[in-house]
Amino acid sequence: MKFALASSPFGRKMFKTPDLMRLVILCLLPGIFVQWYVFGWGNLIQIAIAGLFAVITEAVIVAIRQRPVLPTLRDNSALLTGVLLGISLPPYTPWWMTAIGIVFAILVAKHLYGGLGQNLFNPAMVAYVLLLISFPVHMTSWAPPEALMQNNVTLADAWSMITTGFSIDGYSLHQIKIAVDGTTMATPLDTLKTDLGHGLTTSESMAKPIFGTFAGYGTEWVSFAFLIGGLVLLKQKAIGWQIPVSFIAGLFLFALIGYLGDPDASASPLLHLFSGATMFAAFFILTDPVTASTTVRGRIIFGLLIALLTYVIRTWGGYPDAVAFAVILANMCVPLIDYYTQPVVYGSKKA
Amino acid sequence: MSQLDDVTSNDAEPMDGSKEAKTGLISSESKEIILQGLWKNNPGLVQLLGLCPLLAVSSTVINALGLAIATTAVLVLSNWIVSLVRHHVPKEIRIPIFVMIIASLVTCIELVMHAYTYDLYLSLGIFIPLIVTNCAIIGRAEAFASKNTPTLAALDGLMMGLGFSLVLLALGAIREVLGNGTLFHGAQALFGNLFGDITVHVFTTESTFLFAVLPPGAFVVMGFLIAVKNIMDKKA
Repeated sequence: MKFALASSPFGRKMFKTPDLMRLVILCLLPGIFVQWYVFGWGNLIQIAIAGLFAVITEAVIVAIRQRPVLPTLRDNSALLTGVLLGISLPPYTPWWMTAIGIVFAILVAKHLYGGLGQNLFNPAMVAYVLLLISFPVHMTSWAPPEALMQNNVTLADAWSMITTGFSIDGYSLHQIKIAVDGTTMATPLDTLKTDLGHGLTTSESMAKPIFGTFAGYGTEWVSFAFLIGGLVLLKQKAIGWQIPVSFIAGLFLFALIGYLGDPDASASPLLHLFSGATMFAAFFILTDPVTASTTVRGRIIFGLLIALLTYVIRTWGGYPDAVAFAVILANMCVPLIDYYTQPVVYGSKKA
Repeated sequence: MSQLDDVTSNDAEPMDGSKEAKTGLISSESKEIILQGLWKNNPGLVQLLGLCPLLAVSSTVINALGLAIATTAVLVLSNWIVSLVRHHVPKEIRIPIFVMIIASLVTCIELVMHAYTYDLYLSLGIFIPLIVTNCAIIGRAEAFASKNTPTLAALDGLMMGLGFSLVLLALGAIREVLGNGTLFHGAQALFGNLFGDITVHVFTTESTFLFAVLPPGAFVVMGFLIAVKNIMDKKA
């Protein structure tokens, strides 16, 4: 009789890589849907472009490396990287920037390190950071939520913006961004940061139309939808609870300390949690099984570390949001964290 | 000093004391030195010495060329002088003496650049004085020049310098094309009005690819260069 040997963890239900990746993409759908509802077609097109280039790049590199192409593509990991990047990018990023980012992610961040399972850094975040430091103007040009915009951006407009830089009627991104009251808008985190720099108080800044009930107008609901999708992922036991919980709790705690210390000059904890990439990253970026810490204690440290770095860079750094930088910095620490948090093997140490 | 020890054990031993008869124009000894410096033991691609200036100033070809010339000049002269005085230097304090020789040479070069290529002097900034700390130079002084005749030492300095320069130029060219879409931008800083503006516009873009110009881009491009060299060595 032959017994099949499998390595730990001996889960009751084993996820195969393609199933896991598909589940993650399915759980992203509520967030993507709300993002579409609030911001229009831009991100859907970005997801399509990034996904397409991701799959093509993956196929070419795998063929060059003389590995089986179709089984590799079928694990959906490249597609997932593309989807994650497409969600993260500003909606009207020119298509070639998206392409550069995703090709760099798959080629350099993933395959040069040895492919799926070997990469040190989260490929989607590497692409995002590459684009952010290369094209700061485009990468911080977020259009405001559609309800606040003067011009209505149709699907054809969005496609035209991404491929040519101008809408069908010939408006540039800068003109499209003009809001109902004739001012241009940045993201909530960016607006707050600029206003605080100009001497406004938090409550004065948050009276602007870009802010909603408790965080950014529209963006709070996008974050909320990602939270729902993430909870499904958690319920399905596709990800462990440690990273999302420690990250969100950590960010809440650090933001609370800052807020209680100086409520007029710092963002509220709720704004931190429901703005920018917090919720999306907590469940879908940080929990990447390859680049995150693998031990239980290590995951808690990993989440807290990213929370601290995110808070520090958001508050005192040069960029309004910081999750991508924080994730990459924490990725570097993962081997160290894992080394010092290895569980003791039962019986190897006296109690 | 562990870096230097590695270098010493790599290449200096076979050179030591071998007195082969000269055959033809270039002796086999010189041939080996040329091959070592330019390819097999290239300071940039194989020894990975002097990476700090290599990565920092290679954002344009002209900056790279300026530093390449300065470094090569220092390398040739320092190797030559170290080799000349090698029998008079007490073994125990040889490193400080080598450093003093190199530092004097770098000061000379710095003053020359200050006088004749002021724009380049400004754009290279701190990296001219920092040539003193370039490990490739002290490494060659210790590993080769202090054990060989002045002629061979100078040749070694020249070849190591050229090897370093080639990497610097390749890096500069790739980064300038990727980052700005130009080549040889700002040639006047180095050549004065000798050639005029010889900027080559490879492509024009409104949004430059800043990553290639910034330090992380230098590391990535450098990694690719090393990879290409390793592939070529593997195939040969």
